[in-house]
Amino acid sequence: MGADVRLATASFDPAAELAAFTAAHPQAGGVVSFLGQVRADGAVQALELQHYGPLTLPGMQALGAAVLERWPLDGLLIVHRSGVLAPAEPIVLVAAAARHRRDAFAAADFAMDHLKSESWFWKREQVGGTWRWIEPRAQDFADLARWG
Amino acid sequence: MARLVFLGKLADLAGQGDCVVADGPLDAVLAGLDPALALALLDERVRIALNGELVGERSIVLGANDELAFLPPVSGG
Repeated sequence: MGADVRLATASFDPAAELAAFTAAHPQAGGVVSFLGQVRADGAVQALELQHYGPLTLPGMQALGAAVLERWPLDGLLIVHRSGVLAPAEPIVLVAAAARHRRDAFAAADFAMDHLKSESWFWKREQVGGTWRWIEPRAQDFADLARWG
Repeated sequence: MARLVFLGKLADLAGQGDCVVADGPLDAVLAGLDPALALALLDERVRIALNGELVGERSIVLGANDELAFLPPVSGG
């Protein structure tokens, strides 16, 4: 079984994705999912994620393969947006299906930490009509370091 | 001719996402760019990819139709 890894250039429906993923893995005893969405905090008008075609999706696919090596999963789903997003729009959906829940929790957590710190996306946000690039966060590297 | 691709804030600095340059050693290509942009491209945190493959060293000679991408630190998904 390979991971289902996709780079989405238009808005996607996380509930529909999760329903299809769950239906495809009825043998799994547990499905853990994480949804990241654009914070609607009133200040940020839009978020833009840029990617680089030759590297971004291949890198996500390599991550999917690494997760499947590390945990005995029945299925793994990674969907990540690129493009301009409005507040409350979904950015990323990760779901892991496994016989036992701990593997599913750990696999989804690992996938998210690596997506946040290592995947080839550049992000900027629009505040008060002005675009501002978002710099890497130390917390993302600290999160990554947990996995050794 | 070869193509340079600028990602993230490097595209803002370049005023465009990519540009076409004459073939030749990378040093010579950079010398022909705006100095502020060239300086930003030389930052050691900026990774480079030649034709879609990450490369570690910068003694590159660009050939016809090569694509060299400059990748600043990623800001997370």
